[in-house]
Amino acid sequence: MELNVVDLSRLQFAMTAMYHFLFVPLTIGLSILLATMETVYVMTGREIWKRMVKFWGTLFGINFVLGVATGLTMEFQFGMNWAYFSQYVGDVFGAPLAIEGLMAFFLEATFVGLFFFGWDRLSKRQHLAATWAVAFGTNFSALWILIANGWMQHPVGAEFNPDTMRMEVTSFYEVLFNPVAQAKFVHTVSAGYVTAAMFMIGISAWYMLQGRHLQIAKRSMAIASAFGFASALSVVVLGDESGYEANLNQKMKLATIEAMWHTEPAPAAFNVVAWPDMEMRENFFAIEVPYVMGLIATRSLDTEIPGINELVERSKDRIRQGAVAWDALQKIRANPAEASKELRETFRQNAQSLGYAYLLLPYTDNPMAATTEQVDAAAWSTVPNVWPMFYAFRIMVACGFFFILLTAVFFYYSSAGRLETLMEKRRWILHVAVWSIPLPWIACEMGWFVAEYGRQPWIIESMLPTSAAVSSLSVPEVLLTLAGFVALYSTLLVIEIALMIKYIKIGPEDGERIAPTPPPSISAPSSASAVPAE
Amino acid sequence: MVLYELIDYSTLKVIWWLLLGILLIGFAVTDGFDMGVGTLLPFIAETDIERRVVINTIGATWEGNQVWFILGGGAIFAAWPPLYAISFSGFYLAMFVVLAAMILRPVAFKYRSKRPDPNWRSAWDWALFTGSFVPALVFGVAVGNVLLGVPFRLDNELRMTYDGSFFGLFSPFTLLCGLLSVTMLVMHGAVWLVMRATGEIAARARKAGTFAALGGILLFGIGGYLVATGYVEGFRITSEVDPNMQANPLAKQAVVEGGAWMQNYAVYPVLWLAPIMGFLGMLGTLVLLQTRFEMPIFAFSKMAVFGIIATVGVSMFPFILPSSVQPEASLTVWDASSTHRTLFNMLVAVVIFLPIILVYTAWVYKVLWGKIDEETIERDNHTAY
Repeated sequence: MELNVVDLSRLQFAMTAMYHFLFVPLTIGLSILLATMETVYVMTGREIWKRMVKFWGTLFGINFVLGVATGLTMEFQFGMNWAYFSQYVGDVFGAPLAIEGLMAFFLEATFVGLFFFGWDRLSKRQHLAATWAVAFGTNFSALWILIANGWMQHPVGAEFNPDTMRMEVTSFYEVLFNPVAQAKFVHTVSAGYVTAAMFMIGISAWYMLQGRHLQIAKRSMAIASAFGFASALSVVVLGDESGYEANLNQKMKLATIEAMWHTEPAPAAFNVVAWPDMEMRENFFAIEVPYVMGLIATRSLDTEIPGINELVERSKDRIRQGAVAWDALQKIRANPAEASKELRETFRQNAQSLGYAYLLLPYTDNPMAATTEQVDAAAWSTVPNVWPMFYAFRIMVACGFFFILLTAVFFYYSSAGRLETLMEKRRWILHVAVWSIPLPWIACEMGWFVAEYGRQPWIIESMLPTSAAVSSLSVPEVLLTLAGFVALYSTLLVIEIALMIKYIKIGPEDGERIAPTPPPSISAPSSASAVPAE
Repeated sequence: MVLYELIDYSTLKVIWWLLLGILLIGFAVTDGFDMGVGTLLPFIAETDIERRVVINTIGATWEGNQVWFILGGGAIFAAWPPLYAISFSGFYLAMFVVLAAMILRPVAFKYRSKRPDPNWRSAWDWALFTGSFVPALVFGVAVGNVLLGVPFRLDNELRMTYDGSFFGLFSPFTLLCGLLSVTMLVMHGAVWLVMRATGEIAARARKAGTFAALGGILLFGIGGYLVATGYVEGFRITSEVDPNMQANPLAKQAVVEGGAWMQNYAVYPVLWLAPIMGFLGMLGTLVLLQTRFEMPIFAFSKMAVFGIIATVGVSMFPFILPSSVQPEASLTVWDASSTHRTLFNMLVAVVIFLPIILVYTAWVYKVLWGKIDEETIERDNHTAY
């Protein structure tokens, strides 16, 4: 395969974003759990809850800094690698990023210092307020980022202006209350809550298997399983909402998730397993459950879901229409002041398909003169590779249902006061919980993969193809930064996991274990004085 | 009438130019001393406990300070999309170097004291130094390049191409700007340490701050001389420009001209206040560092940071990113902003949130205020970095 700037830039964005999202979901969920546990502490005054906050807070901190560190790249790489995108949509897309900084990130980053350093300087209630500020900050942050991302999936409230060569806001309200953004926000934060809950359940189960820190492990288990069960239900239900929205706005994404090549009579069947063949444009074989897909995607029995072939046909019409817009745009740009009313009207009428004309540019310099073969090729370029879409989605969904099951089991055992039974007779369930710790991360990454890979070839759905959005960079430049980010992030990730494991092994301070050994240069305080005065 | 028309477009453009200045100055004043302290760390503190004292003077608050940087990025994206697109893709490798260095910083703070191993700690100390010194230097070099003009071109579809290279960013003048940035922030960080640390560390900080202030005065003076004499050429718009125009960087004519960065001072002599504040700030810092004062020095060093950055801004107005190879494609306040509607909406967001941010940041600083010394570190051994 020949390396090009578009693919390398995509790979770099995917890599940096997926690394970033290794840390984000735990931050989102654990911040809420910390605030909840601290609320219990303030309301009951029982010290053990404070020790829980401090222990889970230590793990939170180790994870949080990498979310911050990898987040830095996210804020700037639109400009670095996607300059034309930035110029093209900055008027719409920049605002949520800036507001995220103003409303969310300042809140979270300023109060996180107080969370760690303010225990002895604040009253109980003040410290609790600081912890909630961190929790709100991280969750607001997700809101604004998903408003930005949701707009790329479903660009509402904006239109293209030929005089400024960019998309401009026509309704800020529509951008904010974009239904796709709302569905994605709730789905994503719920996924974060599940991640944190599974993390707490898994580690608590490990302590229970070892017979250590039982007081803290049981309480953590109770709170995490209740929170996790509710969140796991919400992830699946709101994931369904996302599927419904996808059918309204991103039919191609839905068709590839389903490996649905041909429009089927309503209500469509759901493919549980399939062997999609991109060359033949057929499924080699498939196991179907009748009706289910139609119900999920359309919430009706008689609405058809278009298949890939039909969507490609529709794209061909839009490519032809887009070419007319493209041609008018060239004439307007050549002499904006002299452009006739008719010309501008021609552009305006076809402008919503302008992005489709850009799909032709890899095949021809003049979209107006495109041959049938070129239009064909451009139309088929709107289909993402079906195989990874199909299976990434199914892995995510399977994980989702498994989380409901596992959290429900632990919720039952802890609310029935039967955690002892688990420790004595059903230790395998605890083992399952420990080994399940990585699953939420896999589910989150699969979810993002489906959302973003499934949007290709568009960087902004139906408006601007990814290939037209890159910066004017050279292959060696992007290769260099890609290698640099991979090396740096991987090193940091290894260090992070090692520290996590170290501090999980040390465990909470509950009198069973002492604090980490202070450095040799410091006169060693006794284990008792290493615990800050309460 | 639509709500956003309450403030006319040209006024909003100027307001956003000012806000951008405030954000950059906010970043330099707050995260600036963090970077100064980080740069000084390996040189001003020798033993592990001394290093922990230095780190913990900024440990609890640097994270909020860094948000000024992130917000700066977001605000440029929202208010000046072409500036965001052209500067970060043009300075591509330099931005990568800055990001890689800055990524080390949060991790270094958090992970350094998580293990007792001296090699581990020393490695993170150098990571902290890198994450502070490198951005301070590169930001200055970048500003130097902006003053000289950046070699970018725009085609008719506003697609940008860049003629420069990474090593092309470094010339005598841009290195001078880079060093000025480092000395300014080291001075600022030294003053911070005078306030927050005690004993030996504070005494060494006074010495370091003195040298930095002297260097800053010298470099600022040389830089100013080079610009004033026309050795460093400026840019001037030569065609009519309608301040209320729609964004279109290609709709004007501009030329490169010696002394052009001085013409605003001739028209509005009040602007001389900016460089004067820069000099007075550094001079005041220099003098007061020799006395027993602590808090008042910080006021002077903040004034210096403000004055130096404001000098760049007012010298260039209305230019924000001049092009050295296609001057008519230069970005200016008038022709490179977002729409009237977006600038207004974003202003509303700033007016609501910025005061809230300032209030809670001040409160957090107040709560965490106090001298850090070896005793406080040992007492809080478990929670301190």
